[in-house]
Amino acid sequence: MRDVAVIGAGCTTFGEKWNMSFRNLFVEAGILALEDAGVAGEQIDGLYVGNMSAGRFVEQEHIGALIADYAGLASHHIPATRVEAACASGGLSFRQAVISVASGMEDIVVAAGVEKMTDVASGASVDTLAGAADREWEGFVGATFPGLYAMIATDYMNRYPLTREQLAQVAVKNHFNGARNPIAQFQQEITIDTVVRSSLVADPLRLFDCSPITDGAAAVVLAPLDRAREFTDTPVKVLASAQASDTITLHDRRDISTLDASVAAGRRAFQMAGLSIADIDLVEVHDCFTIAEICAIEDLGFCRKGEAGRLTEEGVTALDGDIPVNTSGGLKACGHPVGATGIKQVFEIIQQLRGEAGKRQIDGAVIGMTHNVGGTGATVAVHILGV
Amino acid sequence: MSVARFWRKIPQRYNLIGTTCTTCGRYFFPPRSFCPDCRRAGNIVDYKFSGKGAVVTHTVIRTASEQFEKMTPYVLAIVKLDEGPRITAQLVCTPEEVRIGMRVKPVFRKIAADGESGVIYYGTKYVPAE
Ligand SMILES: [Zn+2]
Repeated sequence: MRDVAVIGAGCTTFGEKWNMSFRNLFVEAGILALEDAGVAGEQIDGLYVGNMSAGRFVEQEHIGALIADYAGLASHHIPATRVEAACASGGLSFRQAVISVASGMEDIVVAAGVEKMTDVASGASVDTLAGAADREWEGFVGATFPGLYAMIATDYMNRYPLTREQLAQVAVKNHFNGARNPIAQFQQEITIDTVVRSSLVADPLRLFDCSPITDGAAAVVLAPLDRAREFTDTPVKVLASAQASDTITLHDRRDISTLDASVAAGRRAFQMAGLSIADIDLVEVHDCFTIAEICAIEDLGFCRKGEAGRLTEEGVTALDGDIPVNTSGGLKACGHPVGATGIKQVFEIIQQLRGEAGKRQIDGAVIGMTHNVGGTGATVAVHILGV
Repeated sequence: MSVARFWRKIPQRYNLIGTTCTTCGRYFFPPRSFCPDCRRAGNIVDYKFSGKGAVVTHTVIRTASEQFEKMTPYVLAIVKLDEGPRITAQLVCTPEEVRIGMRVKPVFRKIAADGESGVIYYGTKYVPAE
């Protein structure tokens, strides 16, 4: 297996981008990534694109070819493949690109993610997102995606010490970080009061416990490590790529408050990289809801079950803490264009490891981790990157 | 949801017909035709669940998808059936009533409808049994 490096990365701003179409979004991110890598279109050997539901959000399927076409690559006939795993589509797209380069099949590969969510009404997007869970046995009876995570929160708070204020602090921290990230959907800091006074969505989760509906795209360019310096002075090495699956329904899980797929993917990643928790300088976790960040920190092994609330309250996961979590603002404040999120997480780690993260820079960061979840935990992708 | 897609699940949605593996004694709802524990050594037969169980966790849905928008707020729970399987279901009770461990029993109810003139979906909800 060959060592793989990321040689370029690009990302659109995230938000409700009424003036941007699905294909515009992708092209913008793709051009930014290729320019960053110094790679010309004709040098690309393969393209992977993570996307959850263009079919329902913009009534468009067959987006691998569409994207290659609008990226100006139709005449090169490059292989272009869509990858889908709900909100983990981006993470899996990145992993497919890593596997391709590592295998020797392809050299210069683009891994992208894109989602255009604001072209449908709110009720329709809630319904589409519910498709990340089991339509027959969860969605059919009226389970929404926030509702399922709310049931994780209810179970968690019944079994472990986690106060309403500690849960709110996850959102407060991520908005603080988002306010320092030029691509973030929300650029405003908030207080615990903002969260606990926002409207209930699914008890106990309130509006400010939830990630927003977002348009956006992100792309990265990969190459074999031994060719990376042909293109860039600052390659970032892929130290581990891990993926795991679990039951599609929340109710069938071994433990409602533990994402066993996060535990498995995390362990596999650390084993592959030959690293441990102590080596990680920062981590982007999948905080689609505040409770999801609490679970992720624990499931990846940064603390024991039941401790993440206290850690968050004490500032351990803040920008200046021991283990900064979601320096980008996370899904909560940076935004969550579902298929793009996994690639945006990689984009954030690349910026941090190159020292290009501006006001949210973690000084001396050399190893970063990403954690991307599909559904309520039926798919998890974990990557470790280092310089 | 198309008529056929709903119709073929009526035994489960109306009458809680699942399966059990006679090799290991594990129960499945919704039914599985392949035991994850015994795999090819498993022997699967139909089983009608009583529907009695207890609340494992719960929420109150206040922002719903299109089909459920007019029913909010409603109580949603994961219920552990006495035979072992867990299911997701609506509870017919107030948000104040629901608590973890609460005993529940099944009731036949309207679940949703496809607009004003579309198919009406029936199925099983749960009520407090104490
Ligand atoms: Zn069996």
